[in-house]
Amino acid sequence: MSFIVRRVIFYLVAAWVALTINFFIPRAMPGNAVQAIMAKFPNLTPSAYRALEAMLGVGHPGSIWHQYWAYLVNVSHLNFGTDVSQYPASVSSLLAQTIPWTITLVGTATVIAFAIGTALGIMAGWRRGGWLDGVLPGLMFFQAMPYFFLALILLELLAVRAHIFPIGQGYTGGLVPGWHWDFINSAVYHSLLPALTIVIASIAGWMLQMRNVMLTTIGEDYVLAAQAKGLPDHRVVWTYATRNALLPQLQGFGLALGFVVSGAIVMEIVFSYPGIGLLLLNAVTSNDYPLMQAIFLVITFAVLLANLIVDMIIVVADPRARAREGAR
Amino acid sequence: MTVALPVSAEPATVPETPQQLGLWRRLPTKAKVGAVMMGVFILAAIIGPLLTTYDPSFQNPAPGLSLHPPDAAHLLGTTQSGQDVLSQLLVGIRLTLELALSVGVIATVLSVVVGVAAAYLGGIWDEVLSLATNVFLVIPALPLLIILLGYLPQKGQLATIVVLSGLGWPWGARLIRAQTLAIRGRDFVAASRETGEPTWRILAVEIVPNEVSLIAASFVNTVLYAIGASVALAFIGLADLTSWSLGSMLYWAQSQQALQLGAWWWFVPPGLAVALIGTALVLLNTGIDELGNPRLRKAGGAGAGAWRGLRPTDPTPVLQAAPPRRGRLASFLHSFSRSSLLDDHNGRGGTR
Repeated sequence: MSFIVRRVIFYLVAAWVALTINFFIPRAMPGNAVQAIMAKFPNLTPSAYRALEAMLGVGHPGSIWHQYWAYLVNVSHLNFGTDVSQYPASVSSLLAQTIPWTITLVGTATVIAFAIGTALGIMAGWRRGGWLDGVLPGLMFFQAMPYFFLALILLELLAVRAHIFPIGQGYTGGLVPGWHWDFINSAVYHSLLPALTIVIASIAGWMLQMRNVMLTTIGEDYVLAAQAKGLPDHRVVWTYATRNALLPQLQGFGLALGFVVSGAIVMEIVFSYPGIGLLLLNAVTSNDYPLMQAIFLVITFAVLLANLIVDMIIVVADPRARAREGAR
Repeated sequence: MTVALPVSAEPATVPETPQQLGLWRRLPTKAKVGAVMMGVFILAAIIGPLLTTYDPSFQNPAPGLSLHPPDAAHLLGTTQSGQDVLSQLLVGIRLTLELALSVGVIATVLSVVVGVAAAYLGGIWDEVLSLATNVFLVIPALPLLIILLGYLPQKGQLATIVVLSGLGWPWGARLIRAQTLAIRGRDFVAASRETGEPTWRILAVEIVPNEVSLIAASFVNTVLYAIGASVALAFIGLADLTSWSLGSMLYWAQSQQALQLGAWWWFVPPGLAVALIGTALVLLNTGIDELGNPRLRKAGGAGAGAWRGLRPTDPTPVLQAAPPRRGRLASFLHSFSRSSLLDDHNGRGGTR
């Protein structure tokens, strides 16, 4: 079995664990979630009540295994039930409206931050003790800041006071979302400050990690040998040190992704960005349990998928892995 | 080491042993700065609430005290309902640190138990525990925390501590497992096994004390995670919002439009406190890393030889271990992990 197939199986196991946790949480928690929802939304119909009971397992319709199976079937059809706060919209349709915003913003900004951070880490690792090492503690300060607080500060300085960027929202009100110039222009303009937040907040982490891996790699014999051969510096840095240091950096990228996504999602709230984070806030404030659970699943699946992509890149980038793939 | 140290009534006159003095001296500057910053915040958490002249929840109805900018009476100004921001901040630092340190202790104990058990029991136990660790590493914690706390009717401090601890152990467990694998093959462990020491004693006396620096690093990391997660959770309203923590301060500032009203003194102090505590912890951790891994300090020097066995991914020295012998089921499970990619065909582990 090839490495990638095995990793796919691993991520399927992880996804199944997430699904199962998601199924059992409402059944294990104290209190009656359905009644809490009904008290908050008196306009729900009795059929919605029964649907909620079935989903949250309150009225115990059928055995638990029967419920579990029905739940897995529903999720596999991307059916996450009916939303209660924006009844009768389906949860899936709400997710479909918000996911593209988040994926575009968080995805692009994360890749940019990773690229810049890694490049800075290479430079800091190669020129140890240089000025980049001096800025590092400053960058750590930004890294230690919650994303949403950095967002508040940037919003205050660059939007409220300096009027360089718009104050929140995903696009100028009144525009109809679609593939036309006005809208795209406005959407890009509105995404600049949120993207900047992600880049500033996460760049130090990538940089520090890459710097440390570079330092360790530079200590290896083959780098010394390359220098002893009289190879030019740029060749030693890129072909010998960076090439090898990138693999652990990529692995770290996969593992840290969950944190970045979590931080970015809370940040959306500050910008009133029409993504999944704002949807999550609405779900939390209105006790909209079906929506919260669906968002958890969607974020988890996205992170698992991104990890799988990282694994594929590692296989392509690592000659040892490629050789192994061939040998199997 | 049977020499009794002079223990006197005046500890100040007892000369520090050279070892103790050396440890502080050998600490990289980063770690020292981090430790001092952290000390200041812990001090503020202990004595701060005693110094407050106002009840942080007291809503002063006096005219002009709504959103009052900082002045002599209210050093950090007031909130919209006339509450003193400084009093809230001092109480908030205490509550947030209490929570984060509790989570740090509980989650670190969990990760030591899981990591040591996995490595020491080995075989199928190791693979099952490692699989669980890897699964919980890859599932993003915050959204899961949100639904867990969302369903809880009471979202008090204790509930948050339990939930955060329950999800905070995998990072530490992963590192500690790797370190334990390396240590259990050492001669001194074999020797104590030969002398018939019980397993619990080998674990408690021989293995765990040798992992103190790694455990310290993972504790610092866990505290960092707990602060970040608890503040984010409170910010979106999943906390006890009637008590003052740094997160609930930010929640009220955001929900009462502090930004739009231009009341920077309301949301900057709690956020800055979180950022500074976080910076202190990151500095402390980087310092611990450098202390343990000389390569991060000086390149390829004489001391580097001892660390040649390190894989570049290891943040703190995790000694190179002979790969564990695995049974058929265990090696089947292992083949699904990312690290299996770098195993050699003949069963030798590691990247080299």
